Amino acid sequence: MALLRPTGILLEKELRSELRSRELITTTFVFVLMVLVLFSFTFDPTSSESRRFGAGLLWLALLFAGSLMLHPSFTREQTNDTLAALRMAPLDPVAILAAKILANFCFLLLTEVILLPVFAALYNLHIAGVAGPLFLVMALGTLALSTVGTVFSAISSYARMRELLLPLLLLPLLTPALIASAEATSGLLDAQPSLSLSWTAFLVAFDIIFLTVTWLFGEYLLEE
Amino acid sequence: MPSGSVANASPKIFSPGVAVEFQHIDKRYGAMFALRDVSLKVGAGECVALVGHNGSGKTTLLRIAALLARPSAGSVQFAGDGIPAAPDGIAMKRRIGLVAHHTLLYDELTAEENLILFARLHGLDRPQERAARALGPANLSRRAHDPVRTYSRGMRQRLAIARALLAGPGLLLLDEPSTGLDAAGQQWLGEVLGTLHKNGCTILMSTHGRRDAEGLVTRAVRLAAGRVEEDSGSGGKPDTVLASALSGSEAG
Repeated sequence: MALLRPTGILLEKELRSELRSRELITTTFVFVLMVLVLFSFTFDPTSSESRRFGAGLLWLALLFAGSLMLHPSFTREQTNDTLAALRMAPLDPVAILAAKILANFCFLLLTEVILLPVFAALYNLHIAGVAGPLFLVMALGTLALSTVGTVFSAISSYARMRELLLPLLLLPLLTPALIASAEATSGLLDAQPSLSLSWTAFLVAFDIIFLTVTWLFGEYLLEE
Repeated sequence: MPSGSVANASPKIFSPGVAVEFQHIDKRYGAMFALRDVSLKVGAGECVALVGHNGSGKTTLLRIAALLARPSAGSVQFAGDGIPAAPDGIAMKRRIGLVAHHTLLYDELTAEENLILFARLHGLDRPQERAARALGPANLSRRAHDPVRTYSRGMRQRLAIARALLAGPGLLLLDEPSTGLDAAGQQWLGEVLGTLHKNGCTILMSTHGRRDAEGLVTRAVRLAAGRVEEDSGSGGKPDTVLASALSGSEAG
């Protein structure tokens, strides 16, 4: 309860701010859409080609868009030093991270839900029959991206060259989750679609590990 | 040690004696010392002015008192030995208010939303009512529903002060609080600080302006190159320290 209440209050603040500015969602949406459209017209893939590399392409676009979107997560708290006000509030500092992770997760997932039908149309893929398992894989992969991304956004926000530092830290760490997400998605886009339990379990384990590490060490990440 | 209810908006008085004590504080940023062996006892109910040139360490000392920065060496203790000295002590955070260089406000939220957010984070009851009560004296009620980004610098500063006072702090830290305020705003600030001081709130503020300090401070401490150079002491006369430090600042 000590963590839930402030997390809820801060999540509400994050959602309200973003719905008012639409800065992060618009950036992410436009970036992913551009990548998908460009690749679609460049390679003009057949349905079978799309089934082979479509999932990898989708997750690569989401990874780069995610790193773009996650960067301002903490740096915009520096404009008026609002992070100091949050750190001075009598709450568990992990609540600040948890709210940011949840907010970024919601923004990314919303973008994906809007873009998935566009992706399916551009790459001649049928996703209606696997919508449930596909949503599960997207949610697990997105949670991995938003957890690791938010944590490293916090770490890099005080650093010089932070714009460069975030992708440098983020991409190697997220590679296992990216591979697992792409493999699990690929299985669902196949002619005989099936949910890979091993890759899905890998994603669940990845999420649990990084959420636990964030919970244990989160308070140190926000110190000056 | 009186714990003081968070829901109580009136200033909470710390236990008699020391409100905050800095013991041999060093703060380094790489090889540069921002503070060097600073020891200072601030008595409960005192109003202390920190004066000194830019870069003398005033802001760093206030950030350490606000639990936002850890000292590289030394320690900071609050209200005798009743409050945990751990820098993340949640109990202590309930009692500290800060007006910093930056406004600590969200530009995209309205004034009312900002105050409600921080009232809720502080666990205060009736946050909307408290926000409305705080906006009135700051003369911001008419603009309560406008985003803070549409405010002038002076209005933001008044809102920043209202935010810092929202939870009724027992220790108020102010970093050049009159920045951006017009004459009426400065007068309002003087009245607010005067009332808080009368009610027993401990005030520690950095200042470059004589108007912030005159008639209010009970003690002045001059910092230079991260060290305490001059201290009028508790019960002493701060005027000499203020005059020497502020005449230089204001002339410059």
